[in-house]
Amino acid sequence: MEIIFLLICISVSVGLLFLMLFIWSVKNGQYEDCHTPAMRILIEDCKKEETDTKGEKLR
Amino acid sequence: MNVENFKYDNVIVRNFAIATALWGIVGMLVGVIIAFQLPLPFLNQTEYLTYGRLRPLHTNAVIFAFVGNGVFLGVYYSLQRLCKARMFSDTLSKLHFWGWQLIIVSAAITLPLGLSTSKEYAELEWPIDILIAVVWVIFGLNMFGTILKRREKHMYVAIWFYIATFIAVTVLHVFNSLAIPVSATKSYSVYAGVQDALVQWWYGHNAVAFFLTTPYLGLMYYFLPKAANRPVFSYRLSIIHFWSLVFIYIWAGPHHLLYSAVPNWAQALGVAFSVTLIAPSWGGMLNGLLTLRGAWDTVREKVELKFMVVAVTCYGMATLEGPLMSLKNVNAMAHYSDWIIAHVHNAALGWNGFLTFGVLYWIIPKIYNTNLYSRKLANIHFWIGTLGMIFYVVAMYFSGITQALMWKELTPDGVLKYTNFMQTVTQIIPMYYLRAIGGVIYLLGAVLMVYNLYKTAKQGVLLREEEASAPAIEPEKSEKMSHRWLEGKAVLFFVLTVLAVIIGGLVELAPSILSEVYSPTKPLVRPYTALELEGRDIYIKEGCANCHSQSIRPFKNETMRYGEYSQAGDYVYDHPFLWGSKRTGPDLLREGGRRSNAWHYNHMKDPEVVTPNSIMPKYDWLFRKKINVDMVKDKMYALRKVGVPYSEEEINNYLTSLKNQGQTIVDDLKSSEMNPNELYAEWDDEIVALIAYLQILGKRIENVDSQKEVKND
Repeated sequence: MEIIFLLICISVSVGLLFLMLFIWSVKNGQYEDCHTPAMRILIEDCKKEETDTKGEKLR
Repeated sequence: MNVENFKYDNVIVRNFAIATALWGIVGMLVGVIIAFQLPLPFLNQTEYLTYGRLRPLHTNAVIFAFVGNGVFLGVYYSLQRLCKARMFSDTLSKLHFWGWQLIIVSAAITLPLGLSTSKEYAELEWPIDILIAVVWVIFGLNMFGTILKRREKHMYVAIWFYIATFIAVTVLHVFNSLAIPVSATKSYSVYAGVQDALVQWWYGHNAVAFFLTTPYLGLMYYFLPKAANRPVFSYRLSIIHFWSLVFIYIWAGPHHLLYSAVPNWAQALGVAFSVTLIAPSWGGMLNGLLTLRGAWDTVREKVELKFMVVAVTCYGMATLEGPLMSLKNVNAMAHYSDWIIAHVHNAALGWNGFLTFGVLYWIIPKIYNTNLYSRKLANIHFWIGTLGMIFYVVAMYFSGITQALMWKELTPDGVLKYTNFMQTVTQIIPMYYLRAIGGVIYLLGAVLMVYNLYKTAKQGVLLREEEASAPAIEPEKSEKMSHRWLEGKAVLFFVLTVLAVIIGGLVELAPSILSEVYSPTKPLVRPYTALELEGRDIYIKEGCANCHSQSIRPFKNETMRYGEYSQAGDYVYDHPFLWGSKRTGPDLLREGGRRSNAWHYNHMKDPEVVTPNSIMPKYDWLFRKKINVDMVKDKMYALRKVGVPYSEEEINNYLTSLKNQGQTIVDDLKSSEMNPNELYAEWDDEIVALIAYLQILGKRIENVDSQKEVKND
């Protein structure tokens, strides 16, 4: 049963470690630009439309 | 800005798409066959096509062939576009594709032949395991090569999940597959008993986590926004989702071993992390679903989105149910029952199956530069797929809860209400039929899809080399640590992911592997004799562990039904462990001595003779086939290398020992009351070895004690 105290200590310190990492990452600017990456993948490679003559016999 | 022109490789995408669709059909078909084999045992024809040998084929086919190729399909399509670069090497792509198909074909040949390690989802023997490792590394090289030469500095969230997948699966596969070979087709796990169980379920659980989940989350993060043409709901959330998921997932393995002989602290840790998993899993699920906020009308229009939405919903259900099932009190009931089967099929049919279908419906028209052949057919597929899934899952929930309740029900006098295990089997037979019908419906849907995609490909032209252009990444100036720096640094990202992934495994596995406390060296039991060892290998070969567990939990109903609960000492020399995960038949840990040799003989010949209504197959060939006497010595030497204390004398006298023990059983069979000719056997028949093994289960402890007493005298 004593092991529970050790486990509590370990869990709390792991939790704190993650909290610190999180705070550090926010201060560090990891979350500054959360818009462009999500938008960027939606932009199709524009060249495709123009050069695509091979698949012309579409319906 | 220096704009570079390059071409995406769509041929490899098309190849993986074909493989996904075809292996999907094969894997599901095998699933349907084994689903019918349970209520209709006469379908177990020939030794190669029994339930025990086909079930691993089904699981391997759907996991590694269907979902595996599905992962590669999605990765090869999305990675090129996300990195704005062609795959690193066409040669590696081809090697990867054909290597993976070779692995699948060898699995399809070896598993029906009975060449199996019996470790779930890792049944393939060591030469194929090496091939898997090689092909997997080829995939990794190709992926990292592409990432390193990317033209888009920032790595999109999908790529993080692909990286984590590669790292974790490499570690899991290598460590779980460590085995000592006896011949090209036979090996023994280097771990024994409790250790083997811990390593296996660390692998087994994380095969689900890092083969069926993380790569599919990557696919979700790419294909769902693409199909809906909307950005993912929250990019912030996806960062948290990723890091917390990859860190927490690896810890959850021991929840497969609750109430077993595995150390209590490991069980507790497994449960705690499993419950914690709800948070990242639901974060990811909501991130996917909320991407469609304000655009739900598109779900009505686009059939691929319908599939994706149901897939993500099923992911949400499975990841809420999973943590709840890992709670000890819930697990006490769910474990060993068909509830588990319902749970995994909710995830497999819903999450993996439907997401794969959605991705296929989206990609094929794209790379063939055309429209889907028939939206109507795809809609029909969606609805009958959903229907099949409901039939399957609901039937298995009923079946699982029914059998679990019947197993544990006691009369007011405190004795088992259903003393005969068969009662709990016949009760759920109708559910087996419903489940099989559900499977057929689901399979039909997949066949419709293959037809639809074939027609789509026919009407279009494959854009083999899709042209694209993007500016090259400019050489890095000493820019100050600005936003998104971590996700722009592939190597650092890789290292941090390795750290996040391995910590859990280290903490849980290292103590049990390094410490002698969990691998008692005191001879509580004696090693198996040569004949018992042969019998055990037949048990492994026939896949008995697919239906019979060998782990008794400390519950009154289980100890009453099966005998004393299991302890670590029971399994000291078990390479591999054979605890099983499902009780379609009763537990066999302490089967030894409960029934006569003649009973086992008749039971294996025709189970229904001794157990009316039994659904176990007949094992005729055990009476015809001889054990391979020449290999026994090598087997014993191999086992000695991994710690089984066979003396030189025991190994050299193996033949005498085999003959004597076999002859004792043969004589006993002859002397039994029935007509002696009916129970004819020879000492080297497979059936004799199997009986020797079954009769020693749970008995070796007493033998040691009696031997000790004799010596003391």
